[in-house]
Amino acid sequence: MTSTLTPVRSKRSALTKGQLPKYAPYVVLAAALVVGAAILALVGFNAFGWAIVSAILFAVVLVSWSAAVEGARKAKDKLATCLVVGSFLVALLPLVSVIWTVLVNGVPGLLTPGFLGTSMNGVTGVYDNKAVEEGAPVLGGIYHALLGTLQITLLATIISVPVGLLTAIYLVEYGHDGRLARAITFFVDVMTGIPSIVAGLFAAAFFFAVVGPGTKTGAVAAVALSVLMIPVVVRSSEEMLKIVPNELREAAYALGVRKWRTIVKVVIPTAISGIASGVTLAIARVIGETAPILVTAGFATSINSNVFGGWMASLPTFIYTQILNPTSPANPDPSSQRAWGAALVLIILVMILNLGARLIARVFAPKTGR
Amino acid sequence: MTATSLTSTQGAGRAGDKIFSGAALAAGCLILAVLFGVALFLVVQAIPALTAPAAEIQGGEGFFAYIWPIVIGTLIAALIALVIATPIAIGVALFISHFAPRGLAAGLGYVVDLLAAIPSVVYGAWGAAFLAKEISPAYNWLAQNMGWLPIFQGPASATGKTILTAGIVLAVMVLPIITSLSREIFLQTPKLHEEAALALGATRWEMIKMSVLPFARPGIISAVMLGLGRALGETMAVALVLSSGALTASLIQSGNQTIAAEIALNFPEASGLKVSTLIAAGLVLFVITLAVNMIARWIITRHKEFSGAN
Repeated sequence: MTSTLTPVRSKRSALTKGQLPKYAPYVVLAAALVVGAAILALVGFNAFGWAIVSAILFAVVLVSWSAAVEGARKAKDKLATCLVVGSFLVALLPLVSVIWTVLVNGVPGLLTPGFLGTSMNGVTGVYDNKAVEEGAPVLGGIYHALLGTLQITLLATIISVPVGLLTAIYLVEYGHDGRLARAITFFVDVMTGIPSIVAGLFAAAFFFAVVGPGTKTGAVAAVALSVLMIPVVVRSSEEMLKIVPNELREAAYALGVRKWRTIVKVVIPTAISGIASGVTLAIARVIGETAPILVTAGFATSINSNVFGGWMASLPTFIYTQILNPTSPANPDPSSQRAWGAALVLIILVMILNLGARLIARVFAPKTGR
Repeated sequence: MTATSLTSTQGAGRAGDKIFSGAALAAGCLILAVLFGVALFLVVQAIPALTAPAAEIQGGEGFFAYIWPIVIGTLIAALIALVIATPIAIGVALFISHFAPRGLAAGLGYVVDLLAAIPSVVYGAWGAAFLAKEISPAYNWLAQNMGWLPIFQGPASATGKTILTAGIVLAVMVLPIITSLSREIFLQTPKLHEEAALALGATRWEMIKMSVLPFARPGIISAVMLGLGRALGETMAVALVLSSGALTASLIQSGNQTIAAEIALNFPEASGLKVSTLIAAGLVLFVITLAVNMIARWIITRHKEFSGAN
């Protein structure tokens, strides 16, 4: 009697026959980690090598097990899954590594007293040598660079937002997909791909030709950043204006409202959350640009709050010059500490802008009533 | 009377309409003018370098002899970046669109977008301070075991500041671009194609191979082209990471230079003809990236017209 029941339990259903058991990946992963650790212990252990060896072992064992039990097609599927997941993990490596490096190196710089409140004016190699040799505090800070970055970015925003928004309005409301509108769309896309240094050279060449050779001020840098920023603003605003329902416009027209009033009072307020978050993302994109500022604003060590006159520092160029030309060539450590501190500040700024963009999009999103 | 009251009493409104549409049109034209101006001013400022006697250009052999090694260097760096980034980016895009659990996908996409948010100078600093140091043992190994290949010819750079390192940093920077564009395309694959493949008994990989990848091929190509445009023009990663020099075939020795880095390193102290030379170099870079981007955009628009996507 019992013999009729036991075979059902021990034999697997015809539907699941020829499949790996559910726990197979976990078993293989555990085995791969153990064997990987053993192999690495023979040649000298390090975490990175352990991860790589284990991952390769895992993929090989799982795929060949699958090939033996399930056949070639399922094995190929497993291999593809391993590769796809693996590529995602590989893509995370640099992200984690960059953020870790910046945090580890940047926090000491950021915590130095006066780092945010002083400039590099008068800070020479002598002080850096003293800091290294006698343990004196590292002097100098990023106040001038922070000020420059904020001013240049603000001016660039003031230039690009009206131009970008009006262009988007033209494309959506007035362009009617005509030849000019299509040309603008195409060239805005092309403009997105302008290398940042070429934008910087353009602004420099423009001001060299118009104002005079060697003109380098914060305003020139702002123009260069605008060239990079405008296409981003146009693209995002255009997308947002397009999704404003036509019924809203038609309702306004039916009430006898002028087209421009409709746009200003109905269309833009409906899309404002998307536009604002697009602008914020555009600011986040240009605030970290180094090359265009390097060729247009030069670099200063002292505070210059006049955007229209004199060389100006910015956070990215500050990082760049501190790394490439340390204040004291003999002892580059204080300089690199300042550079990493500035990098941390810059990353925090960019992350705040990115999160802010998401927050704006969520908080000010139009109520759909659904 | 009624006819005039309908049209003329709101003269202010009509003027507002005209001003507003005029402003919108002007803004649109301004963008075309700016792009035209970029080309124009670069050409005007570059002319002295193109017409100057050969001996006065840096290197003493004329502009062409000056520019071609750094053009090749730019292409090498961009090519390394693409070779590394393309397969990984497609894998990541597939992971987010078809493999990751639905609830996680959006968050994971945001994580990859964070890669794009990190400023290029930070990547440069990371590449110079961290990656170059960590990777130089690998270069020594390559030089010892693969040294018979011209691209891995030793002796490997002791600092690790080579064109290959710069290419890897560039790969990290173009990865999010290629990923996000390919992801969009993968998500546009008609659901019916995917479900039909699965219903016929295809595994997930066979479904992707049969329905997703053929549909997305033009999109992937244009995404890669846009990534190429970015890699060609990227400055800071190369300027900080690469210890530049003459054009060399070996990727693991110091040497080579890219246009963008050449400009960034020399422009701040340049004057006179040197400025013109660098602006002319920028013009060359502009033309190359413009061509790459226009081809990419052209592929996208051509694809849009007959695919029914969007």
